[in-house]
Amino acid sequence: MKNNSNTINDLHVKTGVDINRCYQCGKCTAGCVLADEMDLSPNYIIRLLQTDTSDNFDKVLRSKAIWLCLNCENCVGRCPMEIDIPKVMDYMRELSFQQKKQHQAAHSIIAFHESFLDSIKYTGHLYELGMIADFKSRTFHLMQDVKLAPKMWLRGKLNLLPEMVKDIHAIKAIFSRTQNKRKNL
Amino acid sequence: MSKIGVFICHCGENISGTVDCEKVATELSKVEGVAYSTDYKYMCSDPGQTLIKEAIKTHHLTGVVVGSCSPRMHEVTFRKACAEAGLNPYMCEIANLREHCSWVHEKGEATTEKAISLVTMLVEKVKKNKPLTSIQVPITKKALVIGGGIAGIQASLDIANCGHQVILIEKDPSIGGHMSQLSETFPTLDCSQCILTPRMVEVAQHPNITLYTYAELEKVEGSIGNFQATIRLKAKSVDPKLCTACGLCSSKCPQKKIPSEFNAGLGTRTAIYVPFPQAVPNKPVIDKEHCNYYQKGKCQVCQKNCPTGAIEFDKPDELITEAVGAIVVTTGFNVLGTDFFPEYGYGKYKDVITGLQFERLASASGPTLGEIRRPSDGQIPKKIVFIACAGSRDPAKGIPYCSKICCMYTAKHAMLYQHKVHEGESYVFYMDIRAGGKNYEEFVRRAIEEDGVNYVRGRVARVYEKNGKLIVKGVDTLLAGAQVEIEADMVVLATAGVSNQGAEQLAQKMHISYDPYKFFAEAHPKLKPVETNTAGIFLAGACQAPKDIPDTVGTASGAAVKVACLFSQAQLIREPLIAVVNRSGPPSFSTCVGCFMCETACPYHAIEREEIKNRNGEVLKVVAKVNPGLCQGCGTCVAFCRSKSIDIQGYSNEEMYAEVMSLFNN
Amino acid sequence: MPLRQYFLELKINERIYKMNIGFYPGCSLKGSSKEYNESVLALGKALDIEFEEIKDWNCCGASSAHALSKELSLSLPARVLALAEQQGLKEIVVPCAACYNRLSTTQYELAQNEELREEIAKIIDMSYKGGVKILNVLQLLQRFASDVIESKVVKPFSHQVACYYGCLLVRPHKILQFDQVENPQIMDLLMSKIGATPIDWAFKTECCGGGFSVSRTDIVSKLSGNLLKDAVDRGAKAIIVACPMCHSNLDMRRPEINEYLNANIEVPVLYITQAIGLALGLSPEALGLERHFVPVSLI
Repeated sequence: MKNNSNTINDLHVKTGVDINRCYQCGKCTAGCVLADEMDLSPNYIIRLLQTDTSDNFDKVLRSKAIWLCLNCENCVGRCPMEIDIPKVMDYMRELSFQQKKQHQAAHSIIAFHESFLDSIKYTGHLYELGMIADFKSRTFHLMQDVKLAPKMWLRGKLNLLPEMVKDIHAIKAIFSRTQNKRKNL
Repeated sequence: MSKIGVFICHCGENISGTVDCEKVATELSKVEGVAYSTDYKYMCSDPGQTLIKEAIKTHHLTGVVVGSCSPRMHEVTFRKACAEAGLNPYMCEIANLREHCSWVHEKGEATTEKAISLVTMLVEKVKKNKPLTSIQVPITKKALVIGGGIAGIQASLDIANCGHQVILIEKDPSIGGHMSQLSETFPTLDCSQCILTPRMVEVAQHPNITLYTYAELEKVEGSIGNFQATIRLKAKSVDPKLCTACGLCSSKCPQKKIPSEFNAGLGTRTAIYVPFPQAVPNKPVIDKEHCNYYQKGKCQVCQKNCPTGAIEFDKPDELITEAVGAIVVTTGFNVLGTDFFPEYGYGKYKDVITGLQFERLASASGPTLGEIRRPSDGQIPKKIVFIACAGSRDPAKGIPYCSKICCMYTAKHAMLYQHKVHEGESYVFYMDIRAGGKNYEEFVRRAIEEDGVNYVRGRVARVYEKNGKLIVKGVDTLLAGAQVEIEADMVVLATAGVSNQGAEQLAQKMHISYDPYKFFAEAHPKLKPVETNTAGIFLAGACQAPKDIPDTVGTASGAAVKVACLFSQAQLIREPLIAVVNRSGPPSFSTCVGCFMCETACPYHAIEREEIKNRNGEVLKVVAKVNPGLCQGCGTCVAFCRSKSIDIQGYSNEEMYAEVMSLFNN
Repeated sequence: MPLRQYFLELKINERIYKMNIGFYPGCSLKGSSKEYNESVLALGKALDIEFEEIKDWNCCGASSAHALSKELSLSLPARVLALAEQQGLKEIVVPCAACYNRLSTTQYELAQNEELREEIAKIIDMSYKGGVKILNVLQLLQRFASDVIESKVVKPFSHQVACYYGCLLVRPHKILQFDQVENPQIMDLLMSKIGATPIDWAFKTECCGGGFSVSRTDIVSKLSGNLLKDAVDRGAKAIIVACPMCHSNLDMRRPEINEYLNANIEVPVLYITQAIGLALGLSPEALGLERHFVPVSLI
């Protein structure tokens, strides 16, 4: 089944996870709270990667499942072979994003991540109002949580202005130094 | 004056194909001390051996070197030939011209030169060799079998039936082991007790078997053929000669709520108890840790009621020492409890039980008299989930191995449940089905096809309790990872088979090896499954690794044969290639200074201390002495000895030095 | 002993006893989970704990950084830890469970791999040694409150509660080495010390939906809804949490949860610091209870 795509090796080198150890018991999927929303269950994803073919690797990159994973670590906590699935998910997410193969249904999830990171890039903190505005401009969910905002404001949970990190240059430098790995951000 | 005969074998073409055997023979004839040198096509064959024998007689040879295949192959053959010709067999050495020369090099001048060097080395060694005689060790023809489960029972019966005496010790009050706890056995669904109890009775009545129950091994000393085993006979507090097993004592005992070990914690017993109705011997013992008298000084109701006055409090444990020639270890195994599993409730949920506990429920002599009932409320479960591989094949939990028997007993449990509860629904969550024995695969198929057990391929992530039901969250990997949730009434975990309690301590007492999981180590995984690395101690049954009953009985009989084999000899013949401490006349008696570094170094505990006394009986010196029965000739002591007082016969310093130096002198 | 020496030694002892413990609030505590911050500081004051906030701290990156960029997800927390080191802090308490998880994971990864550590140190352009001890709020309470709160209780919190740990406090166990993974007990123990009856329930560590509050609110409704239902079915009168995301999902998103469950559950959600604070007699205002969406009426 191998067509020299070298995925298992790369995965092992970059994440330290040896997916050859997985014997497909399925305990990860059994305990995953998001499995019923996923198009590919966690054990199925590992199986696809085990085939070491570029076609199946691509299938995973293009899946909805990798974006639905919340890194709650239930899977690796119970896995008899201690396969770090959340780490594999992070790795696949990063590649999927770089190669622009993200699943359409994950659009809002990714938009949220991008908006969140934007906020950190420009203020060093999570500026909620700014982040939401950014999110809405990416997703056009313009009316989302519109009723929530005043309720939060009344309870003093919404800061009108961002609290800036003084050494914002340091933050910007961190982003630019890690930029070459993230083409879209 | 040495007169050595050199015999170079062609080994067909194996040696002659790369080495010029004729030239080797010719060159060797020029070496000083070599009286006769020749080559031949097949030295190990009859004519070849005759050649050697004739040469010995004709040329009055004092030593023989055969250039041939590895000594592991034919050293015995050639030494026997020499002995038949009247030459001491230890004056014959083998130069390995095949595995060490012809098989690892290309044909050529250099290879032949190497062959010549190899043979010359052995010639120089043989010049220094001394004639040796085999050691004869007496054998006590009595065997000790430790552990009274089916393995111990089988081994005892086999050895006893060969006509030898057997001492069988068992730490529980009755023999029978785990097999007596089973309800029915796979693949035949025989009633376990029905096939076991006749054997148990046979053991008790056999004239050659002495049975000690409630007894443990205290200490072992000595070596193969001559062990001294000290056995602790724990105080039973009941005189078996007076007791009639009427049962009045147990019925009167006020301590009624002690969890019963026999019922795997599901039932209770009293402090004075017989573990189960078919126990052998069928006499009660008092559990001191739970008895009111022993703990608080009160009660003694049993003694007051006993019609024959058989209860005797405060008797001490007895220590007896028996001389035995061989020991068979059959101490069996244990299973993990449910408290080992955090994701299945840490042992909190009463209705999550182990396979062994399910056996007790299914057994007619169990706490529910054979009805499958929930331990929590006694109701008959309508849905049972069986979880295979609970603990086994789980490196994260520290148990990477497969426990072998669980796939079969899980299928059996599911079938028993379906037979007893017709409308019941059973589910088995599995990863693989291991059913490799005779009729095993058909048995599992029967469970699936005839009894309607639902097999789901996938593992269970967790089990939790809600409203009296157990919610099982599993997965079906054959349905591309579809989650499966079952509201079960009972969950049975096929927990991992692990080593028995106290296995490590027992192994250390007997100086036998064990693996990281505390299972005892066999001498060779394929070719010596019932022997240990310690001569005279044999293994059988699940103490070596989890096993089913057929394999257990097989290994038990195998170990019995090894014992019988040992006992069939008049004396134990051992090769004299052992260490010896030098002895000489007065005043030094030996160059040994008595530092006993060798004693510390010896892995086989073969070094003893010898007192050298004068005629008045005064001790002049204490020196080291090698026990010829135990020494394996490893040479560690020789390396340690600072005064060069100890040496290996047949591989002495002088011999080895001559061998090595011959390389430089050519 | 001369008076001067006596007072000198007293001051030294005080300094040792009142050792400064570093404080990393994280973005949620300064924004949408202000009440958590207020309750931690108020409770800290009542227990004589001196917090020293890390100067000029930045966001840890939460779940978004590690979803898109490994180096970024390690650099942001590394900067926070490097700042703490710079400030001379030996220990820091991190009330937000997500920040706690990210900081601990970063520390662990950088400790395992020297090459990575050097790479990240270059990216953040700061020295990083990795020796700061990271505590979560429960560990803080274990150390400073566990022995003393029983005697200080003025208003026992005598209700049945479900202690909800969430996923990030106890996993991955290999890194965090905190409590038990499947059935943690530390929060339950603390709650029973203030007079509460913690119930045994099935979703103690199952994920609430975490960072999907905005992007996939439907998933939050489902996951948080299921766990809320289990707690309520078993008789819980309050849910006690130690993570601002869990609180927000169970509290702020209650209307969505109720819609998913087709029910009207009004069981409030309190931070562990708020519950203990109430038991010690602190006012609801001081603990930020007014900021909750689901009214806390059981007091």
